[in-house]
Amino acid sequence: MADYKNEFGWFAERPQVPKKIYNMYTIFIGLAIFVILATSPLWLNAGRVVPPPDPNLDTPAIKKLADKERQCVLPTEEMRAYHMQLLSEWRDQVVRTGNRVWVSPSGKKYEPSLTNTCLGCHSNKAEFCDQCHNYVAVVPNCWGCHLDKPPTTAKMAQAEVK
Amino acid sequence: MGIDRREFIKIAGLSTLFGLGAKSAWELLRPGQVEAALTAAPKPLTAKRWAMVVDMRKLDDATAQRCVEVCHRIHNVPDFSKPVNPADGVTPEEQIRHQVKWIWTDPFHNAFPGEAPDVMSERVHHMNFLLLCNHCNNPPCVRVCPTQATFRREDGVVMMDMHRCIGCRYCMAGCPFSARSFNWRDPRPFIKDTYPDYPTREPGMVEKCDFCAKRLAKGEMPACVVESKGALIFGDLADETSPVREALKANFTIRRKTHLGSNPQVYYIV
Repeated sequence: MADYKNEFGWFAERPQVPKKIYNMYTIFIGLAIFVILATSPLWLNAGRVVPPPDPNLDTPAIKKLADKERQCVLPTEEMRAYHMQLLSEWRDQVVRTGNRVWVSPSGKKYEPSLTNTCLGCHSNKAEFCDQCHNYVAVVPNCWGCHLDKPPTTAKMAQAEVK
Repeated sequence: MGIDRREFIKIAGLSTLFGLGAKSAWELLRPGQVEAALTAAPKPLTAKRWAMVVDMRKLDDATAQRCVEVCHRIHNVPDFSKPVNPADGVTPEEQIRHQVKWIWTDPFHNAFPGEAPDVMSERVHHMNFLLLCNHCNNPPCVRVCPTQATFRREDGVVMMDMHRCIGCRYCMAGCPFSARSFNWRDPRPFIKDTYPDYPTREPGMVEKCDFCAKRLAKGEMPACVVESKGALIFGDLADETSPVREALKANFTIRRKTHLGSNPQVYYIV
């Protein structure tokens, strides 16, 4: 074909490029290696069964409770789903408003405190909290500051007296 | 004749039933009340405007040091010169640069710069003033905080919400009293006996005195006030009969850097 013309002037013919993939084998082998490597975690873990979390309720404080009173501040199902919202509400209530009494929907009163109230019963953080948190790979940053040991009355009294 | 055995057992049984059922009946009618009464939470101390008077005539250096110690112990404030594990030791320079303090002592020239006369009373010259957050009425730290992590409570306590602090340190630049400390390093290796009733902090947070807000909520006076045995007076500035008002009425007091307009609420009797 001859040179062609448009509103800007005369132009050379478009170069004819052969439709061909150079180094085809290398490229496809490389691509295959990449896909296998990128998806390798899926293959390596296929069929492996991860044991479901098993939060442990065996603590002295819980065992001491009568069967009827063995009840968290909210029903278990709600706690399972919404404990993080509850904790963040407690946090705001205590720090921002200074109100240190929380009334549960059932009318009972509690001190809104992670270390005192939650860990007061669930003193086994490793067997209770960490079970699910590790399973779903969440890292709550509570424990950077809050102590994971509930205060024992003896130690408190001693500290206060001195 | 009195009652026979049969009658007696009947009455005893009935009254036992009644006694056992009473609590659950009460629970049905007024839920939570019994529990609340049982655990009988102490009444929190409340005020319109908390303020403190430091009576320097009664405060000797040993008492001041005890106040500092008790405050730092119950708030888990690290002492970088005393690592729990000697391997975590910090250079003397960093011990000063990274220091965390809620309450501390300084001589007059540092506490009240520009206020000293050319020739000063010997007594005042050698005084170590007990300094802490002034819980200003017009707190510059609150104004500059971009996340409202520092805020002024209704009762005048300038509080920190550590959960919100992003560590920008504007408040430290804003505070003219150096009452705020930044956590440059993890404090936990430097707290010998962790006080169980207060959290520690994480690196990247600012902290300061909160007038023992947690103790006030439990109905107790701030730890330093209790420890000082009368040298520190704490009370409601809005209440004319409060010990703070009495002390302010009876004595001439000075405050730190009042010309800056932050209206500090810690008063000093010299």
